[in-house]
Amino acid sequence: MIEAEKLTKKFGGRAVVEDVTFRCEPGTVTGFLGPNGAGKSTTMRMICGFATPDTGRAEVCGGSYRALPNPGRRVGVLLDASAQHGGRRGREALAITAQTMGVEEERVDDLLGRVGLDRAAARKRVRQYSLGMRQRLGIANALIGDPEVLILDEPANGLDPEGMRWMRGLLRDFAERGGTVLLSSHLLHEVDAIADRLVIIGAGKIVAEGSKDELLSDAGTLVRADDGDALGRVLAGAGLEAREAEGGGFLVDAEPRAVGAAAQGGGVALVHLAPAGDAGLEQLFFDLTTDNGKEAE
Amino acid sequence: MSAHAIDRGDLNAAPAGRDKRPGLARLTKVELRKMVDTRSGFWLQLAVLGLTVLAVVITVLAGHSEDKTFRHVFSNALQPAGILLPVVGILLVSSEWSQRTALISFALVPERPRLIVAKVLAGIVLALAATVVALVVAALGTALASTSAPHAWSLPLGLLAQDIIYVATAMVIGIGFGAALQASAPAIVLYFALPVALAALGSIHALKGVIEWVSTAEALEPLTTTVMSGSEWVKALVALALWMGVPLVIGLWRLTRRDVG
Ligand SMILES: Nc1ncnc2c1ncn2[C@@H]1O[C@H](COP(=O)(O)OP(=O)(O)O)[C@@H](O)[C@H]1O
Ligand SMILES: [Mg+2]
Repeated sequence: MIEAEKLTKKFGGRAVVEDVTFRCEPGTVTGFLGPNGAGKSTTMRMICGFATPDTGRAEVCGGSYRALPNPGRRVGVLLDASAQHGGRRGREALAITAQTMGVEEERVDDLLGRVGLDRAAARKRVRQYSLGMRQRLGIANALIGDPEVLILDEPANGLDPEGMRWMRGLLRDFAERGGTVLLSSHLLHEVDAIADRLVIIGAGKIVAEGSKDELLSDAGTLVRADDGDALGRVLAGAGLEAREAEGGGFLVDAEPRAVGAAAQGGGVALVHLAPAGDAGLEQLFFDLTTDNGKEAE
Repeated sequence: MSAHAIDRGDLNAAPAGRDKRPGLARLTKVELRKMVDTRSGFWLQLAVLGLTVLAVVITVLAGHSEDKTFRHVFSNALQPAGILLPVVGILLVSSEWSQRTALISFALVPERPRLIVAKVLAGIVLALAATVVALVVAALGTALASTSAPHAWSLPLGLLAQDIIYVATAMVIGIGFGAALQASAPAIVLYFALPVALAALGSIHALKGVIEWVSTAEALEPLTTTVMSGSEWVKALVALALWMGVPLVIGLWRLTRRDVG
């Protein structure tokens, strides 16, 4: 269980995370999605006690992270895969974590196998690791304590498609056994493939939240006509909020029924009328990336 | 291997010992391990060992025969550890920032000062180990020199204690510099440059009275050479308290007051 309540963090007077509230339940994989600079890492750092929120609070396993006596055994954390000592061997990095939290060192070898780092890789210094290997090492590091919560910042970054499929399986299995997962990404298709719930953040604020189905049903209607200009006028005339969609047509913030009726009333022939679905989610995310994302830079 | 073979089936069934806070003894062992398991830590310590042997060999081969006493050989044998080992201490702390392992260390031990305490304890253990190594190498060297000097094997216990204090406090000062600066290069540079600068200030007449209390070069000089008198002890303790205390306090303050990452 992870709970963030009205988290706000300011840097130099500018709120980079503002009033962020969400909850991750056991048995779910929550994707924390937002463009670069949206405030995902800052939020996760506040949850893990690395950054102090200016207002609001965060709880993990029923209390503040820093109050956990042996956090590694309850919460697996990967905040930055490249945050490893380059001069240390991969296996040794995990062994240190195991020893710190009081886990037998044999578990390290099991985990190396499980994240797909073979003996040769485990013996290498982390400096020689690719980003994908560092992510695997970081995930193994998070799993050593056999935790019930996983908090992973951009874990799919640098993974190849096979690695993505592997991680999806791993996190799904973890959630099925009652675990809670929060993972962030700036790529829609990554969280789309792995998460069953989404929390979307743009410029420090939560802009949408819910299961994928819920978000898709809220995504509005995608409508196209050969005469796009006429369709635009008709939609505006009917008082429907519409924006031009990627690849032509309009995304309308209304049910298909209402859009169809408006088109009929205005005498415009439609070539496409359907719930926006994935296109709507992509559009929502695209808007974030282009408007708020830029602001946040 | 299947996931279930490794992990508990139900993640919310708590196994014993899960909510037990890692003890200081365990954390100290981990920090000792971190000192030797990186490439830089390993080579630095190997260099200290090599230089210790070299110092003994040179003393035994090139020294005057009255210098070939155990006391003198040991004093020389300890210098590489006293000078270089603190760099291991500096890196033990500063690398948490420069290599960004703080993101892992503090996730596992959120009470950050405890981690610094463990580092200090580990530094003292390493200093003791280095002293033992220097004693052994010096003893071998003295035996091989088979000197006829009078009191060839005498080493006042008080001096041995002072030598241990010298290496251990140097280690703690290094750890303090690493903690205060949170960056390897500035910490190493300042660790070596600041004492020299202070000693240079001592040549200014008006400052001399202050400098002899705060300059490690002056106040700590008798530590490894003579069994110290009371007034020498006072000066040494003042200088040590200052050099260990100030960086450590700054380090702890930065650590607890500021965000990490
Ligand atoms: N320590 C800091 N000092 C100042 N600004 C920061 C700091 N950390 C993050 N920021 C700013 O906060 C914003 C959010 O950053 P971050 O949480 O890393 O975003 P994300 O992880 O979503 O890409 C960015 O604009 C970034 O520049
Ligand atoms: Mg980030």
